[in-house]
Amino acid sequence: MSKEKSNPEEKALFDAGVKEYSAAGRYYYDIGYKPTETQVLAAFRVTPQEGVSFEEAAAAVAAESSFSTWTTVWSDYLVDASRYSARTYEMKAVPGHPDQMMAYIAYPLDLFEEGSMGNLMSSLVGNVFGFKPLRALRLEDLYFPPALLSTFQGPPHGIQVERDRMDKYGRPMLGATMKPKLGLSAKNYGRVVYEALRGGLDFTKDDENITSQPFMRWRDRFEFVMEAVNQAERETGERKGHYLNVTSGDMEEMYRRAEFAKELGSRIIMVDYLIVGFTAFTSLSKWCRQNGMLLHAHRAMHSVLDRQPNHGVHWRVLAKMCRIIGADHLHNGTVVGKLEGDRTSTIGINEMMRETRVATKEQCPGHHFDQPWLSMPGMMPVASGGIHVWHMPELVSIFGDDVILQFGGGTVGHPWGSAAGATANRVALEAVVQARNEGRNLLAEGTDILKSAARQSGELRAAMETWKDITFDYESVDALDKPSA
Amino acid sequence: MKTETFSYLPTFSREQIEKQIQYFLKMNWVVGIEYTSQPNPNLAFWDWWKLPLFNIRTVDEIMSEIEACKAANTDCYVRITSYDNARQTQVMSFVVHKPQNSVGDVL
Repeated sequence: MSKEKSNPEEKALFDAGVKEYSAAGRYYYDIGYKPTETQVLAAFRVTPQEGVSFEEAAAAVAAESSFSTWTTVWSDYLVDASRYSARTYEMKAVPGHPDQMMAYIAYPLDLFEEGSMGNLMSSLVGNVFGFKPLRALRLEDLYFPPALLSTFQGPPHGIQVERDRMDKYGRPMLGATMKPKLGLSAKNYGRVVYEALRGGLDFTKDDENITSQPFMRWRDRFEFVMEAVNQAERETGERKGHYLNVTSGDMEEMYRRAEFAKELGSRIIMVDYLIVGFTAFTSLSKWCRQNGMLLHAHRAMHSVLDRQPNHGVHWRVLAKMCRIIGADHLHNGTVVGKLEGDRTSTIGINEMMRETRVATKEQCPGHHFDQPWLSMPGMMPVASGGIHVWHMPELVSIFGDDVILQFGGGTVGHPWGSAAGATANRVALEAVVQARNEGRNLLAEGTDILKSAARQSGELRAAMETWKDITFDYESVDALDKPSA
Repeated sequence: MKTETFSYLPTFSREQIEKQIQYFLKMNWVVGIEYTSQPNPNLAFWDWWKLPLFNIRTVDEIMSEIEACKAANTDCYVRITSYDNARQTQVMSFVVHKPQNSVGDVL
């Protein structure tokens, strides 16, 4: 027996068809709506296609990143849309960019799984970024309400515990990435590590693309590196670390390498946190907390996501997510070196990474929301890329003590070798910290402070001679919006 | 052998030590004094000279405590520490005295 025709009169059985996202009766465009204290707030820079209004574009972002699809569907009527719709509650003009507006969108907490950054990102930066009515879309800032933040554990150890574990107080820490990036044998690599550490650095680092290539398998590297670390500790009497990169092809292999690092007594490991993905990074962070291992996060691939000023995800959001998932170190800009990063914006992100109470908009230039951190441990910013001894006064002045200053070329490139390069950096750093504590003005007197320290240190003298004319003085591609005069 | 912060600079004069202590007091930190005869990288806890100097807020008094600690422990390394109760952590540590027979610098 065949079934009856399902709709003999052939009439619409629900309000089918395509509606404007911003239409009255829908929730996606609701200017003046007051977000509740449990909602996730996002600031999106919206650039609509020609002929699409800002209202419709913003509402489309809210809709597509939360509850809705392009057409109404019957099963919408089984859900309370008011409970699951994201709402655009405020729109702001962008100074100097009439084609853009900043849309502030509130997301109900119910949309997200606890403790899953992957789930949050699948919604907020999922399909919506390819949505055709938008010419471009950029997630500029993200506010985590305490109700969601407290489902994450943050850095495995944080700044204070790291200082205690490393026995480093009252000064920035010093590191260096080992060069050349690729091609060294394990023993030669260990030698480069040993020279830099015995010369006075606190940390050395694998490069982001060193994993386990044929010229140097990971196990050999780990063994020679830890011999170098232990020998440098014995000789200097100071605690040292090398960020052993455990980034690998699958999660099981990452655990295997992390376990071996622990077995060898390493104090710290590293991972390319964006490359391995939010979920793998979360797992590794939890492993580090359970195993008393510091975790250094490298941000390889971030420029793909964050460098375009009108599209993608701003670095401040990626950095915030890194802290919430949990690393102890994260690369941020240097302000003065070879890599991209607007000065004010970089400083704002440093503040956000380290504050343990409320990181306010005033304290963190470029941020759109005050972020309460609920005592979640802070994360050490790492300043790396094209910095050398001449930058030391400015770096200490900008970053203060809670930072890791990484001089790769500025250590290994020293004319007398890495040990001398490390000593030059350490002498410069300590002279600058001493001077700051004595109340001297680092920016005005920096050159005098360095020259005076160099009188007692041949290593510093040679470094200052080598890099005296090197600057990286280009305009940043991605600067903060400036109010028009 | 090196001893962490400021150990790559020439030995501080009395005046230079006093300027550092002045800074610690200005930052509202509590200054402490510690000593040991055998420093090594795995030794986190040196012996305390008394307690951290909670009630001492002048450079001169702290300097006399350092002198007293040195006199009582002639064969020891002596370091100044600082604690910041706002951050609930130790924030400074540097050696102000090495014994006569201390191991020379490796470099």
